[in-house]
Amino acid sequence: MTESTARERLAIDARDLVKTYKGEVQAVRGVSLRIPAGTVFGLLGPNGAGKSTIVKMLTTLSAPTGGTASVAGYDIVRQQKQVRRSIGCVAQNSGVDVQATGRENLLLQGRVYGMRGAELDKRVDELLLRFGLADVGRRFVKTYSGGMKRKLDVALGLVHSPQVLFLDEPTTGLDPEARAEMWEQIRELAWDQGLTILLTTHYLEEADQLARSLAIVDQGRIITEGSPDELKAELNGDAVTLELSAGTDTDAAKAVAVDRQLLTDVTIDGLVLRGRSADGAAAVPSLLAALESVEIKVSSVTVARPSLDDVYLRHTGRSFTAAEEAAAKSVKAEQEKKGDQR
Amino acid sequence: MTALSDTWYMTGRAYRAFLRQPMYVAFTLIQPMIWLLLFGQLFKSVTEIPGFGASNYETYLVPSIVVMSGFFGAGWGGMAILDDLTRGVLDRFLVSPVNRSSLILGRLIVQVLSIVIQAVIILLFGAAVGASYHHIVVGVLVLMVATNLLATAIGALSYGLALLVRREESIIAASNFILMPLQFMSTGFMALILMPHWMQDITKFNPVNWTLVAGRGALGERPNWGPIFENLGYLAVLMVFCAWVSTRAFRSYQRSM
Repeated sequence: MTESTARERLAIDARDLVKTYKGEVQAVRGVSLRIPAGTVFGLLGPNGAGKSTIVKMLTTLSAPTGGTASVAGYDIVRQQKQVRRSIGCVAQNSGVDVQATGRENLLLQGRVYGMRGAELDKRVDELLLRFGLADVGRRFVKTYSGGMKRKLDVALGLVHSPQVLFLDEPTTGLDPEARAEMWEQIRELAWDQGLTILLTTHYLEEADQLARSLAIVDQGRIITEGSPDELKAELNGDAVTLELSAGTDTDAAKAVAVDRQLLTDVTIDGLVLRGRSADGAAAVPSLLAALESVEIKVSSVTVARPSLDDVYLRHTGRSFTAAEEAAAKSVKAEQEKKGDQR
Repeated sequence: MTALSDTWYMTGRAYRAFLRQPMYVAFTLIQPMIWLLLFGQLFKSVTEIPGFGASNYETYLVPSIVVMSGFFGAGWGGMAILDDLTRGVLDRFLVSPVNRSSLILGRLIVQVLSIVIQAVIILLFGAAVGASYHHIVVGVLVLMVATNLLATAIGALSYGLALLVRREESIIAASNFILMPLQFMSTGFMALILMPHWMQDITKFNPVNWTLVAGRGALGERPNWGPIFENLGYLAVLMVFCAWVSTRAFRSYQRSM
């Protein structure tokens, strides 16, 4: 395959994108993405990692400071108009007009993309039905629940049948029920012929569940990339956790696990022993037998498949939750700083 | 072509949003009548001061209330843009191929509509309480054009301010800080000749006064067309300048993304 045909099949082809804001640190520092058409691609990262900035550049909202990118085959700087016609974007900050009805929102959006008359009416009805909003289509959006507003947001992004759909944190702020419903909708969208979805999220589970392949973003860089299974397979197998009975000599238990090469990366935390094994289920019987032979009693055992949290930990040296908390703190500090200036 | 149709659709959106705030519509229509009654009663006796020039204060006041209601309303225009901005509606449109100017133009057209309706009501109510107008057709037309040139200029500035500072408090503060003095340092309530000299000098540079010279002059008994057109010219230049400032603010907003 020549370089040019390979490029045609990429829905998004970004090379070394950089974004620097005035007087601030680099929000995005050299991001390259090659996303084939017809896939769901996830950008996973804690708040403030630069995911939204990447989306803003790819959707022409923000001009990149460096690098190049094409979306649906069009250059994001030189062919903005063509890019805009080919994409749908559901921003993190919901963009519905609350003073209008759901139907009016969809009609206006369609008109902006040049749709008219019966074709537009049909498309709007179809979307209202698809997102379960047919009954409330003529009601004002300000009466909608958070989940309904979010569904309308996604419908707005789809009115003109775009080739590439950007979903920036589609489930942030939704309750678990609405989130599950949204996941279902996104899974269905993935079946749409040829639609490419770029999904950003700071929920590990969401990326795991929805993305066929994903990139983990941290501090403006992509730290690793692959399918969720590939990424997890890079780790040294499953996490094995043993809870030992009270009064147990934990150091002896650790020695058994390490000396007989049953677990790697063994740590002790109180009465809890943690380690990793290439095949956790197979390791547990021999581990229990070995412990029993030295009269160490175990009160519970759990084996867990490696998670994306483990993947993040391995590449950044900090847990995802810790990174989220740190981001939340810096946002709060920023707000307080702004508050003081008033 | 898309510029025209986009503007049409954005005007429709702003118009529906305007009508759907019945309290706001009521205030827009009732408040000018209250001003007319209050100021009309409060300053009634100024006509007796030698040199004031007009014998009927209502006749003197009506154009001033039309202008004041128009540009005060425009000063708050930024609030609607700010609402679109914080709700993410503005960004949704900016990601679409929509014509950029239509986003601002749609709102300005609805503003013109509301000012025209407001002005008609004030003129009718004014006539009911004793004001008289000469040259009805041309006079009213000039008053409407002048008021809308001023209001469009102030509205564009208000939009620009909203895009730059992105805070409600700033728009409220700026409106109160700038619009009130502009109104009082004009011939809105008091004849030029009775003002302190320093204030008379200021009125020459006060766009509210340009609007009054044109609008009130055209409704008067013997319009002096020279100064009327001269002041309409100043207003047109001001409007173009403010539209340019507003466009710059829009670009700066986009660059900050």
